[in-house]
Amino acid sequence: MQALYAQLLVGLINGSFYALLSLGLAVIFGMLNIINFAHGALYMMGAFCAYFLLNLGGINYWWALLLAPIIVGIFGMVLERTMLQWIAGLDHLYGLLLTFGLALIIQGVFQNFFGSSGLPYAIPDQLRGGMNLGFMYLPVYRGWVVIFSLVVCLATWFLIERTRLGAYLRAATENPTLVRAFGINVPRMITLTYGLGVGLAALAGVLSAPINQVRPLMGEHIIIVVFAVVVIGGMGSIMGSIITGFLLGVIEGLTKYFYPEASNTVVFVLMVLVLLVKPTGLTGRAA
Amino acid sequence: MTSITDATLPITPRAMRDEMIVFVIMTALLAIVPWTGLYPFFVMQALCFALLACAFNLLIGYGGLLSFGHAMFLGTAGYCSAHALKVWGLPPELGILTGVAGSFVLSVITGYISIRRQGIYFAMITLALSQLLYFIYLQAPFTHGEDGIQGIPQGRMFGILDLSKPTVLYYVVLVGFLAGFLLIFRTINSPFGEVLKSIRENEQRAISLGYKTDHYKLLAFILSGTLAGLAGALKVFVAQNASLTDVEVGMSGQIVLMTLVGGLGTVFGPVVGAFVIVGMQQYLSGFGQWVTVIQGVIFVACVLTFRRGVVGEIAHLFKRSL
Repeated sequence: MQALYAQLLVGLINGSFYALLSLGLAVIFGMLNIINFAHGALYMMGAFCAYFLLNLGGINYWWALLLAPIIVGIFGMVLERTMLQWIAGLDHLYGLLLTFGLALIIQGVFQNFFGSSGLPYAIPDQLRGGMNLGFMYLPVYRGWVVIFSLVVCLATWFLIERTRLGAYLRAATENPTLVRAFGINVPRMITLTYGLGVGLAALAGVLSAPINQVRPLMGEHIIIVVFAVVVIGGMGSIMGSIITGFLLGVIEGLTKYFYPEASNTVVFVLMVLVLLVKPTGLTGRAA
Repeated sequence: MTSITDATLPITPRAMRDEMIVFVIMTALLAIVPWTGLYPFFVMQALCFALLACAFNLLIGYGGLLSFGHAMFLGTAGYCSAHALKVWGLPPELGILTGVAGSFVLSVITGYISIRRQGIYFAMITLALSQLLYFIYLQAPFTHGEDGIQGIPQGRMFGILDLSKPTVLYYVVLVGFLAGFLLIFRTINSPFGEVLKSIRENEQRAISLGYKTDHYKLLAFILSGTLAGLAGALKVFVAQNASLTDVEVGMSGQIVLMTLVGGLGTVFGPVVGAFVIVGMQQYLSGFGQWVTVIQGVIFVACVLTFRRGVVGEIAHLFKRSL
């Protein structure tokens, strides 16, 4: 039973990363109509950013949690300003191709400097150790990752679905011309949205650094799983992305316990099944 | 929404004539390769990728479907052929047939699943399916995991053509490429190809005209996947191995890159693009890992400033269909 709970926890943690990443993808997709293929690379940059902050600047985990998403988010906004905005209005396959190229560049540069092996990032002192819950031993850091990402996800949902800023954002997604006529700077809003989505990816990167180490290709595999999560959940709603992300992480964890051989493929198999039954995805709108 | 490729010129006698002339020139150039100083292994490899890119281009250039998992057909056909040749000891012609059959079956299944969504979703689904296959091949015993299937016998084709001789192998690969190329060429200049183009331009309208567009897209997917498999089967004889690198996401990206560099939706673009990218890997191999970065830069540059690709730009300049 211990092993089952442990795998469930691992599943919940992976689910947090899936949720944060697919949430960022959904936010970006909503405003820019781009599937951000560079999302995995930016997730990796978040982890590296935390690593640099600690080893070069002596800045600890807690500040990294705040600073890394901001730094990588600004980097993302520069990308949006210098490149992505030029392909707005073209077929969105071009967005996919452009961001794929960006991912190659970013991952390639990091690979050249840091090889493919992992760099260690220590768990912050305050979150070391674990506690005995009676039925299982819970490492504090792992519990923290799940709760913190859940809070961030819900805060993002609140920002977009329940605030005035979010209302502008949703309106601009529906009809940018009309929103611009109301005197709202839509291009700036698009840039900020991209920054927000990228920041969520970087935050996931910082959270994963102490668990998965810091590796140049850490985003390459996860992004494809996240794409499968997106296909399963659809991009219809923010909440849909969050729930699907966590759910699939848990299913993956359970598979690792009951039938480990399929743990790498279960999300893709689920994707196939969902496509056969409900092509638009669980919460999706028609593309 | 604008379509991903420039509206290709309608089939006119002139367009057909231009394409025929270029085809004859291309065939003549490729036929004399063994008598030039060119490294035949390089040209053979480029020809396999050229066929692969042409097959990929049939989907995106004429059907508007961006498959990001086309490496799965290359890899699957490669594994099937390699297994048939090495373990079953089949002669080369049947080995190729086994590979093509494998990619055909795979394309029927994956096509049926993936055409259920369009645009970027289609791209993500094909990507995820190819990753699914990657993990299956990683764990399946017959692929030998990370090692791949190595030391594949080349054998004698039809009992007479000794494929271990580079010149003979070269012409066999060339014939395979030309056969695949002509089939694609015939397809895009047929009524079927016209319907595909109309789906790319405006699927809703094609539906309202009474076309079963899913049916056409599935057929195009199967044709594209099967021909990509032919490329994979031929590649087994050139490289004498079948490995996981042929199924990886990176390989799918390279196929997209080749087509993008040459020109999406042009007849000869993928061929040019394949030669450019394979040549680049050959001559830039000294840069090691930086080749990935260079490829990324080319990707970005193509999308931002050079969307027509090499052949597309030339065709646009001379207002010809190429």
